[in-house]
Amino acid sequence: MAVQTAETAPAAAKAGDAGSLFAHAFKDALITGLIAIGLLGPLIGFQTIIIDGALGLGYRPGLLAVMVGIIFAGRLLLNLTVWSPNRVPKTRSGPSVFDRLGATVGPGVKPALLAFAAAFPFISFYAMGGWNESRYLIDLGILILTYVMLGWGLNIVVGLAGLLDLGYVAFYAVGAYTYALLATSTPVNEFFAGLLGETFWANWAFWICLPMAGLFAGVWGMILGFPVLRLRGDYLAIVTLAFGEIIRLVLINWVDFTGGGAGIASIPRATFFGIPFNASENGFAALFGLEFNPMHRIVFLYFVILVLALITAFATVRLRRLPVGRAWEALREDEIACRSLGINTTTTKLSAFATGAMFGGFAGCFFAVRAGFVSPESFTFDVSAMILAIVVLGGMGSQIGVAVAAAVMMGGMEMLRNLGFLTQLFGNDFDPSLYRMLIFGFAMVAIMVWKPRGLVSTRDPTIFLKERKSVSGDLVKEGHG
Amino acid sequence: MEIFVQQLINGLTLGSIYGLIAIGYTMVFGIIGMVNFAHGDVFMVSAFIALICFLLLTTVIGITSIFLALAIVLVVAMFFTSLVNWAIERVAYRPLRGSFRLAPMISAIGMSIFLANFVQVTQGPRNKPVPPMITDVIVLMDSGSYQVTLAWKQVIIMVATAVLLAGFWYLVQKTSLGRAQRACEQDRKMAALLGINVDHTISLTFVIGAALAAVAGVMYLMYYGVANFADGFVPGVKAFTAAVLGGIGSLPGAVLGGLLIGLIETFWSAYFSIEYKDVAAFSILAITLIFMPQGLLGRPEVEKV
Amino acid sequence: MATSSASGAHRWDADPILSVEHLFMRFGGLIAVNDLSFKVGRGDITALIGPNGAGKTTVFNCITGFYKPSEGRLVLGHGRAPTPDEVAEVTRIGERSLVGREAGVFLLERMPDHRVSGEAKVARTFQNIRLFTGMTVLENLMVAQHNALMAASGYSLKGLFGLPGWAGAQRAAVEKAKYWLDKVSLMDRADDPAGDLPYGAQRRLEIARAMCSDPILLCLDEPAAGLNPRESLELNTLLRSIRAEHGTSILLIEHDMSVVMEISDHVVVLDYGTKISDGTPEAVKSDPRVIAAYLGVDEDAVEEVEAEIHSEEATGASS
Repeated sequence: MAVQTAETAPAAAKAGDAGSLFAHAFKDALITGLIAIGLLGPLIGFQTIIIDGALGLGYRPGLLAVMVGIIFAGRLLLNLTVWSPNRVPKTRSGPSVFDRLGATVGPGVKPALLAFAAAFPFISFYAMGGWNESRYLIDLGILILTYVMLGWGLNIVVGLAGLLDLGYVAFYAVGAYTYALLATSTPVNEFFAGLLGETFWANWAFWICLPMAGLFAGVWGMILGFPVLRLRGDYLAIVTLAFGEIIRLVLINWVDFTGGGAGIASIPRATFFGIPFNASENGFAALFGLEFNPMHRIVFLYFVILVLALITAFATVRLRRLPVGRAWEALREDEIACRSLGINTTTTKLSAFATGAMFGGFAGCFFAVRAGFVSPESFTFDVSAMILAIVVLGGMGSQIGVAVAAAVMMGGMEMLRNLGFLTQLFGNDFDPSLYRMLIFGFAMVAIMVWKPRGLVSTRDPTIFLKERKSVSGDLVKEGHG
Repeated sequence: MEIFVQQLINGLTLGSIYGLIAIGYTMVFGIIGMVNFAHGDVFMVSAFIALICFLLLTTVIGITSIFLALAIVLVVAMFFTSLVNWAIERVAYRPLRGSFRLAPMISAIGMSIFLANFVQVTQGPRNKPVPPMITDVIVLMDSGSYQVTLAWKQVIIMVATAVLLAGFWYLVQKTSLGRAQRACEQDRKMAALLGINVDHTISLTFVIGAALAAVAGVMYLMYYGVANFADGFVPGVKAFTAAVLGGIGSLPGAVLGGLLIGLIETFWSAYFSIEYKDVAAFSILAITLIFMPQGLLGRPEVEKV
Repeated sequence: MATSSASGAHRWDADPILSVEHLFMRFGGLIAVNDLSFKVGRGDITALIGPNGAGKTTVFNCITGFYKPSEGRLVLGHGRAPTPDEVAEVTRIGERSLVGREAGVFLLERMPDHRVSGEAKVARTFQNIRLFTGMTVLENLMVAQHNALMAASGYSLKGLFGLPGWAGAQRAAVEKAKYWLDKVSLMDRADDPAGDLPYGAQRRLEIARAMCSDPILLCLDEPAAGLNPRESLELNTLLRSIRAEHGTSILLIEHDMSVVMEISDHVVVLDYGTKISDGTPEAVKSDPRVIAAYLGVDEDAVEEVEAEIHSEEATGASS
């Protein structure tokens, strides 16, 4: 962590000659280095190791020296170049690179991305030379699309209505457990077995539970939302966080109902609208004259989540152009003005909360059917934070930004897993996936400091008379409170 | 009756620790109106700094007096934790001061995740136990089957909390730093116009908050004898609950809230169910924020139209 | 007082759209509004004036539901002025309102803010303009028609699935917005963000937005503040035309006496939360108490007024 003191650099140095400039830069870098020793010294310089059950200390002076050295050198370099007082600061106003990019290629981007998403399994099939070889890529695609959908769902709450929800994972969990519990429930299975045949529930559970999961999560959104929606922005955030944690803790501790920390396993798989993906003669492959391949199910799941995500996007676009969507955005802009125009802010907030929760529930149901297993482990606060980071990085309220952010973040995190070659560099103890959350946390801070309005900061108006002009992000507010 | 007294003692001990952390939340919220989400993790970092310092002193340097070691650990942990929190404010919060309101909060969430994982990466994910220290107890009551004991470390925790609180209370109420701080709470722009160095004052607030969190970290380490990278989040949320319950922005409120939360948690664990003790804490947080957001000792807010 | 003698002739007594009765508002120990009663005539432009801190905005916040009055009754009549019996009936049964075919009685002190604007049809503007700055001018006017459009969109269901009826309603709403854009001469800025407009245009837009919610009573909090003389004149014209063409009654807080005296039919003067004068602009202008409250406005006026007060006190003591 470098500590920024450049902005306090005395203006006197501006006129100074190169020598004093360097001296100043050097002194500043030295101070930074000293601070870095103070910050990193205890935790990097020493390591607590458990030897034979007792705690001992390890020493890492080399690592500490390298880190501090990097910070010192980096700071010195920055002081002499970017932060140099002689440099005329480039004042950039108006739309950012991404905004301009969005404006110029904007019309083409959405269809192109959509076409790519639709063709992705086949592209990876040809690129990798077979279904089994492309499994990793398609799984990654499913993961990214799940987070795209979650991001779009949360975007309704945070981006449009301006309500900071830190407990979004709760609705994801409600959706997942709704499916997991219903699909594995013996009474339900027996009920349908008597009514519609032995295999009915196993084959149709997902398609029946999917809408129920969304509905159920939406209802939970209303139940949790009702008491908290009159709270101010940051209090709202904390209470939603508390609710998310309460739901997770209940899932862990209510063992009789939820299976506790062990979770629920062997949840029925998704079917092709009632036709199971198996090698039997009633299976998908046999009916369509294909050679059986377990990848059929994975590819199908990919398209299911793609369609679910597109429904989310479509609904959001539609809702934005309806009075309710405009009221959400108006609420984000000025709640008091909304009330002076006869808008019932409680029901408006509640509708945003419930709509967002509903899409979270759909995504949760999908998660359960894809994994075939749910446990409270999957619904920690980190997931909420990750979805929030995607929305924030994408630019609150921007659909395309959120999609790109989800791809970048989830893709980036996955890539960390593949950096195995780094073990040769840092030794065998080095596990790059450990650094996922570390980098993620750092990225969240960095986004806020560097680009608090996200990649796409402009707002697209919902209606226009003569021409559609996007609204600069500087005018758009980010929620009350 | 004996169990009740014992739980009362345990609850007050735990509450003292929460109270110390809660002060950090309350002071930061008071001065810049932000929920410093990373504060719980700063507390956790302080426990690790204390742990490392303690190991250095006892195993490497070979100090035998546990009290001397603890005193040194306390000072060292306070110093380094303050430095950490100072740097966090500098890097993650100060550039966002003019930004939209939720930006610092999101940045703080990122910082919280960063700190927890930084410690995990550098110190490993396992629990780090320290050998039990100061194991002496005073037996207060003895009914034959059940002994009510007051451990010396509990006495140390409560006394240290009380003394440090008194000290910081004096600092905030009676000195010019405290006056500057309260002025910044009221109106930052006006305070700046009157020649108060606002940046400086805010930095100092973070430093004080971290120092108190470090005290809590040392006490926690001494009391429970274990440190873990994940131990920042839940105590942090509980301490925030304490700050809210006491009335956010109010120093005595934070302590009162801390003691209450500590008592509620221990009694809940003793009489109801230990599994749901965190649920109880989170529920109190939600209920307080919903029904009495001004807390016990806070001032109510009037909406400006 | 001079005005009370000829009370029967005034519209605000004969046909009040709003009666404020014994309104009290306390904040802790502070009494911001103290036993205030006045009436707003149907179709009148009524001005609420008074020195800074007199409690004018507090009265507005009570009328529009943002504050719950500590005590008092705020009776709004749709269609015609309610009879005392009707008012007593609503008050007794504890309802918020009683709406018949031709007339309705609303007790504003019992209604939350969004109902005051949505059901009782009292719209307002704010002293420190509150536009949706990140939305376009047209969007601002569309949000103002929320309740009507919400019903037309079948509470989003019709609109979501593109069922008929919604598109037509939306078109009608755009037409209405265009009408008001034309009225406040912002037609060519319709697609610009509201936050980009100059100050005077923002004030006008806020009035247009309030009018888009079809109010019967329009409450304007210092509409002329920050306007230049030309804009002030335009405002006068706009307010007159709103009254003339839409029959909307207007209640306004204003410091600019040229606006107040020029356009209002009825002036109520507040000082320290109590009413010190009430009547036609001419009557109020010559009321010595008003002038006393405004001491310091004009050097010449001060002496003049002081002399007047002395003579008033002399005659007042004898009566």
